Amino acid sequence: MFEIRIHSRGGQGGVTAARLLALAAIHDGKYATAAPFYGAERRGAPIVSFVRIDDNPIKVYSQIKKPDMVVVLDASVMDVVDVLQGLKAGGKVLVNSQQKKEFSGYTSSNVDLTGIALKEKLVVSGSPILNTPVIGALAKMGIVSVDSAKKAIREMFTDERNVKAAEAAYKEMGA
Amino acid sequence: MKKIATGNKAVAEAVKQVKPGVIAAYPITPQTEIVEQIAEFVTGGELKSRYIPVESEHSAMAACIGASITGARTFTATSSHGLLYMHEMTNWAAGARLPVVMANVNRSLGPGWNIWAEHTDALQERDTGWLQVYVSTVQEAYDATLMAFRIAEHNDVLLPVMVNLDGFLLSHIMQPLETIEPGDFIPPIHLPHAIDVKNPAGYGGLTGPDQQFRFRWDIERSMRDSVKVIEETQKEFAKRFGRNYGFTEDYQCGDADVIIVAMGTLGKEAEVAVDLLRREGIKAGSMRLRWLRPFPKLNLKGKQVVVIDRDYSFGRGGILATEIMAQTKEEVASIIAGIGGQEVTYEDVAGFVRKRRMGTEFWFGVSGNV
Repeated sequence: MFEIRIHSRGGQGGVTAARLLALAAIHDGKYATAAPFYGAERRGAPIVSFVRIDDNPIKVYSQIKKPDMVVVLDASVMDVVDVLQGLKAGGKVLVNSQQKKEFSGYTSSNVDLTGIALKEKLVVSGSPILNTPVIGALAKMGIVSVDSAKKAIREMFTDERNVKAAEAAYKEMGA
Repeated sequence: MKKIATGNKAVAEAVKQVKPGVIAAYPITPQTEIVEQIAEFVTGGELKSRYIPVESEHSAMAACIGASITGARTFTATSSHGLLYMHEMTNWAAGARLPVVMANVNRSLGPGWNIWAEHTDALQERDTGWLQVYVSTVQEAYDATLMAFRIAEHNDVLLPVMVNLDGFLLSHIMQPLETIEPGDFIPPIHLPHAIDVKNPAGYGGLTGPDQQFRFRWDIERSMRDSVKVIEETQKEFAKRFGRNYGFTEDYQCGDADVIIVAMGTLGKEAEVAVDLLRREGIKAGSMRLRWLRPFPKLNLKGKQVVVIDRDYSFGRGGILATEIMAQTKEEVASIIAGIGGQEVTYEDVAGFVRKRRMGTEFWFGVSGNV
């Protein structure tokens, strides 16, 4: 089982990112669940959501304690939350940032999702949409296939700019 | 098509397919998405039901009762305090023999103000004459909601059915969902005692001490008959749609020395605990109780039984443990865990089994007790 924890702030689309990722994994022929952790969340507060991907039906409902991967949609949550908590040794960290940040003992990657969203004019109520570009970045990292990622995005969003943003993130990850 | 849906959305999808004549509901966390989704189906023209946005849960159930007695198929959904606010009317629905179907998203009761999973809300409705089923996956939430209509409306039952799903843990998790075309698996509703203006009759009049017990016994007789109807319905569902459901879901119970009994998502997570324990050489099994009413005959002979209750009856004990102790002579270790959404992992469940002390009660997370 591959377990992913997504850190974001309320309103940034972390829950939708989890859902898109799970849907893409299902299109890959796997089993997947996406679960938001519901606390006293509100717009702007740090929140987490969870994705589990496996070859077998998933029977676990409790929170992910030892993720294989951590995705940080908003780098500023790292000032208030230990995003590495429980991350397995050698686990992956993907941060939405222009600058590369090294986390010793882990495989670190970064991509400027905010920049991509702004370039594609994917902005809702003043906030750049990060949940569709991040799926492109995750496809580049091999978590889901590119075809399934695009299929999942198209099923949930009619605006093709979402697919373009995912493609842009995919390309930028390789640079 | 491969879809992904939350438990709440799955319930709404099932309701859309059985096309109730009347839906009356009041939103409450964590049930809200069911009501929102159904309202969207109705306003978008996908579901041609009469949708009544009532001012309270008491009114929601009253509206369902009024609609049901005309012979209409009815549905509502609630949670926690909403369910308790309905309590007077839930008794009425069962007593008037009305096949109302309700989804209840299990949530703790206040105070303290807590919106997370617990079964005490539904268990406080245990003695009302409603059939109760507890589900553990998004697919099961969908399938059980479909089947609930067929069971409730069956001529040998004519009692309301409550489909229970764990708040947030299941109501808000996203899992794969396969929808089906139920076709004549759900036949048109025919209520034999529906009111008819051409043939006026009175209901709910004064019933004396020489009659009341007959009506009560009649409920119990139908409750007993419902066992066969549930069996038939689940069998027919498996035949047509390929998914099997029983009164319980048993996992590795055959050769087990110790069996974990639980309801809802914890009952599913317990299967992972069983795998873990078996690797350590402990012969464990899991029995997830699906139907609480009618209460099935559980095959626990010769087993040690570890019961996990996400509920409690003050001054007595875990409600599920109490029910099981009343039915079996086998020794029970009672675990109280998951109250108000308390985090319980499969590793914790494995720990309950490893450290079990038969004949005792253990509150998870409370220090110093055994």
